[in-house]
Amino acid sequence: MPLTLPTYPQPDERGRFGRFGGRYVPETLIPALDELERAYLTAKTDPTYLNELDRLYREFVGRPSGLYLAERLTAHAGGAKIYLKREDQNYTGAHKINNCLAQALLARRMGKQRVVAETGAGQHGVASATAAALLGLDCVVYMGAEDIRRQELNVFRMKLLGAEVRAVTSGTSTLKDATNEAIRDWVTNVRDTFYILGSVVGPHPYPAMVRDFQSVIGEEVKVQLQALEGTPTPDAIVACVGGGSNAIGIFAPYAYLPDSQRPRLIGTEAAGEGVDTGRHAASVAGGRVGVLHGSMMYLLNDSEGQIVPPHSISAGLDYPGIGPEHCLYSDTGLAEYVPVTDAQALEGLQLCTRLEGIIPALESAHAIYYAVELARSMRPEQTIVVNLSGRGDKDVAEVMRLLDLPEGQSSTPGHTQPIPAQPGQVQPIPAQPSHALSITAQQEVQA
Amino acid sequence: MTVPAQTGSQPQATVPGAARIHAAFARAAQEGRAAFIPFMTAGYPTASSFPAVADALLTRADLLEVGIPYSDPLGDGPTIQRASEQALGGGTSTRHTLQLVKDLRARHDTPVVIMTYVNPIYAVGPREFMRLAQDAGVDGLILPDLPPDQDLEIADLAAEHGMAVTFLIAPTSTPERVKLVAGACTGFLYAVSVTGVTGTREGAALAEVPAMLALARQYARVPVAVGFGVKDAETAHQVAQVADGVVVGSAFINAVQHGQDVAALAASIAEGCRKD
Repeated sequence: MPLTLPTYPQPDERGRFGRFGGRYVPETLIPALDELERAYLTAKTDPTYLNELDRLYREFVGRPSGLYLAERLTAHAGGAKIYLKREDQNYTGAHKINNCLAQALLARRMGKQRVVAETGAGQHGVASATAAALLGLDCVVYMGAEDIRRQELNVFRMKLLGAEVRAVTSGTSTLKDATNEAIRDWVTNVRDTFYILGSVVGPHPYPAMVRDFQSVIGEEVKVQLQALEGTPTPDAIVACVGGGSNAIGIFAPYAYLPDSQRPRLIGTEAAGEGVDTGRHAASVAGGRVGVLHGSMMYLLNDSEGQIVPPHSISAGLDYPGIGPEHCLYSDTGLAEYVPVTDAQALEGLQLCTRLEGIIPALESAHAIYYAVELARSMRPEQTIVVNLSGRGDKDVAEVMRLLDLPEGQSSTPGHTQPIPAQPGQVQPIPAQPSHALSITAQQEVQA
Repeated sequence: MTVPAQTGSQPQATVPGAARIHAAFARAAQEGRAAFIPFMTAGYPTASSFPAVADALLTRADLLEVGIPYSDPLGDGPTIQRASEQALGGGTSTRHTLQLVKDLRARHDTPVVIMTYVNPIYAVGPREFMRLAQDAGVDGLILPDLPPDQDLEIADLAAEHGMAVTFLIAPTSTPERVKLVAGACTGFLYAVSVTGVTGTREGAALAEVPAMLALARQYARVPVAVGFGVKDAETAHQVAQVADGVVVGSAFINAVQHGQDVAALAASIAEGCRKD
């Protein structure tokens, strides 16, 4: 089946998802956004473009990614079947490459020899640098100085791939500031530069375009689940949400189905140390409507309009806003957004690692934690699909620091006891390490 | 360079802020100058020393542009970013900026325009923001990240509160965009001299200004000011030959930062604004 890019009823012709989205950018960029939109709409139905993207997805990325029945997680939760959509299997380790290849191909079509990108933990930066190397484009990646310090391996990867990594020291020296700087670069070099934005945020057409590119995730799930379960639609889908690109990629193919056919769509926001502590990145639960990076969305900002620095254990969710389409889903009830804390995500990571032998990214671990909780409340004949958006290798050093495991000891005291086959009898997470983790995390932050 | 056509009728003259802004441009034009419009970040370098800096600028300003410090100023280069961070660190945010302007307006009659990103307006609430700004004596708003077609109510709301609005055009703007943006401006039209952010260009990169101004003149019924990349008397003089007003920002922030004589720099650049 040849690759097609989907068409959805949102946004409207002005790039609005209800009241969200839009184009709140310096006027300098408006013609560039118009040009990008035209180029994208043409490419979207051009067989040459689609065939090339399809070939790269299959032969370069390794798509389709697996849909894997997590039997031991399922048994552990003792309720609904838990499937993992294995975006961690993609080359470069996460869903980000789906979007980067598609945008880099678009850049080449538009005759833009130079691409810029922002990155937090470095996943989107590595994927952008990879796509640029593959297509012979010059690549500059903006990364917060603080993130550069935390993710030196990814910085080296990008350099090895031929990208220039520029340290950003303004503001909080993290993802939002790197995004500001990438946009400033684009404003300055707009005539010959393409901005590869990494999530479903930013000015129109980015939220729609990135969604379309990531929709390959949900479209594959439909086919794979049909083969495995005899229906394309699970009972629930769970995905982590920062800006929200992996979540929209698995939600959107289902979101606009009639109510009776639509699964529960649940986005897990990074609640950090807890939404009520103020140290979190949960824009729906703890933010209010505002404008950042060109788009109206739920946003962490104070009563004077200053952006409040977010906090999350996972750099990929450490963003003060959430994509405008998610905001619309939240307002209209098409999807639900729930907070998952740092400590819960660490529990999800350990659980998935020990029971399935899969080390998930800390981002994805937020979704895994919640899916296990949710499965427990559902029946065995029901199904949940979790978007396992990325692999956890990048987080291993950070997790090691947070867990502070003594030599030769496993992460969980109950490790030697077998996981009972009987569902519903085991607490998913031993209480003791969870408290220990939460304290360690706080100390880390204060230090 | 050609002498610009005088701006035509002033359709928004019924809004007091717009009338005061237009009068300031007209006065400068009568004296054979482009209007001199210095910019300063509110609360910079500190909340207590900002008024003295503003007073120094007001010795020569035809209009004063005051920036609301913002955490994420997308259109600004490192100089104004750092000034914003410093001002925010000193406790000057949105409401305090309006209080500082109110204090200024009690001492000076020169029109004051506020430069603000749109999020602070939305966070305070557009109507409440306009009420506070009007109460402070603000004459107009410059909205660098709000293309006029993104919010069709804000100009009306400003007018309702006696204030003018200014939107921006850039060298990349198509004739359609220039028409739309120019048509939405009630104070003056702000032409950005280069593709880029404020204050980062080395030397004068003003090659695109004459063509952009020629396009702007076709559609603008308000004065046209040029900003970005104007940093001294020489660049101001270049711009003054084609524009009705000259905006200078980062150069003054730098002067404050380095302890230079702000009034002297203002005098020098104001002299540069003469038309000849």
